[in-house]
Amino acid sequence: MKTCLLVDDSRVIRKVARRILEDLGYEIAEASDGLEALAWCRAAMPDVILLDWNMPVMNGMEFLRTLRAEPGGDTPKVVFCTVESHPDRIREALAAGATEYIMKPFDGDIIAAKFEMAGLA
Amino acid sequence: MTPEDIQLVVALCKARAGLKIDPAKTYLMESRLAPLARREGYNSVEDLIAGLKVRREEPLIWALVEAMTLNETAFFRDRATFDQLRDDILPTLTRMRGPEPIRIWSAACATGQEAYSVAMIAEEAHDLEPGARIDIYGSDIAERCLEKAQSGLYTQFEVQRGLPIQQLVRHFEKIEDNWQLSPRIRQRVRWRRINLAADLSGVGRFDVILARHVLTALDDGIRRRVLEGLAAALPSDGFLLLDADVAPQDLTDAFRPVSGRTGLFARNPSFRAAA
Repeated sequence: MKTCLLVDDSRVIRKVARRILEDLGYEIAEASDGLEALAWCRAAMPDVILLDWNMPVMNGMEFLRTLRAEPGGDTPKVVFCTVESHPDRIREALAAGATEYIMKPFDGDIIAAKFEMAGLA
Repeated sequence: MTPEDIQLVVALCKARAGLKIDPAKTYLMESRLAPLARREGYNSVEDLIAGLKVRREEPLIWALVEAMTLNETAFFRDRATFDQLRDDILPTLTRMRGPEPIRIWSAACATGQEAYSVAMIAEEAHDLEPGARIDIYGSDIAERCLEKAQSGLYTQFEVQRGLPIQQLVRHFEKIEDNWQLSPRIRQRVRWRRINLAADLSGVGRFDVILARHVLTALDDGIRRRVLEGLAAALPSDGFLLLDADVAPQDLTDAFRPVSGRTGLFARNPSFRAAA
């Protein structure tokens, strides 16, 4: 079973995303900030990371840059899922190694479509 | 809605646009007609129909028929169709046609996402013959849909359904909460109001016709006529792209399936003689 790490400081968002991704066949782990997510990744790299941008302790962009510099950190596909929707922010995320990008609000159809585009569904 | 109102809507949709409307689905009629009733200043759908019976004005009749059409669409809907177009159909046709333009028609394109998806493919295609020209046409029966298509302006929800993020940032500009296609892509598509149920003999010739997610909405008797109209608009080496649920060979001998390709059809060489 493929694994997905959900990284978002909102418990509600994690709960909604968990339900959608479990339906897509993923085994889910959760983290509420970038630092916690990094600890998960160092223990075992997930296949996919659904990543919020604005979080306390370590934000999504800092996490992504740190992850990509780690041994094996280039393997997980990273799908941003954030309220940040300015094209410059999106380009910044892609340049840092994001695979896909979801602008909140989202629903199950959008996540499924984006995962399919990224070859993850 | 009274049974007479329902029958009137069903009859108008069939007569004007060949649409098959299930009279049992009154909730569908009411939900589609309620915004039109509001726009036209009526308090309810019943008042709208009553007004229609009195006024009998063509623009109002057409507005009702347009409101009943299904406008469900998305960028790169059924991705395999677009992969086929990019990797196979366009390279083959541009090799065969040389400098002659390839004409592609997105028929019943609703708010234009299908035609623009083709335009993005044409823009990004690097392996086509040098000098190849691809002309893209989008048509729909509904003026309101064509107005939106022409604007190239889509909501965040619409661009997230089907459009990879790389293509969003490459081809769109963010305007407040919406996203607008670049003038370069918008200029690649020409728009025309076409009623597929009407006489199609004047539509012109196209090398590729996409008529997906429309035939099943048409009345059974009209579907065959539409398919034969589309066949007449295709050259013998052109292609028709349909959704996977439609088998035109069950209705007419105008098309034959292209072997091994879901939803891809070519005109039967014998069709013209038979028509």
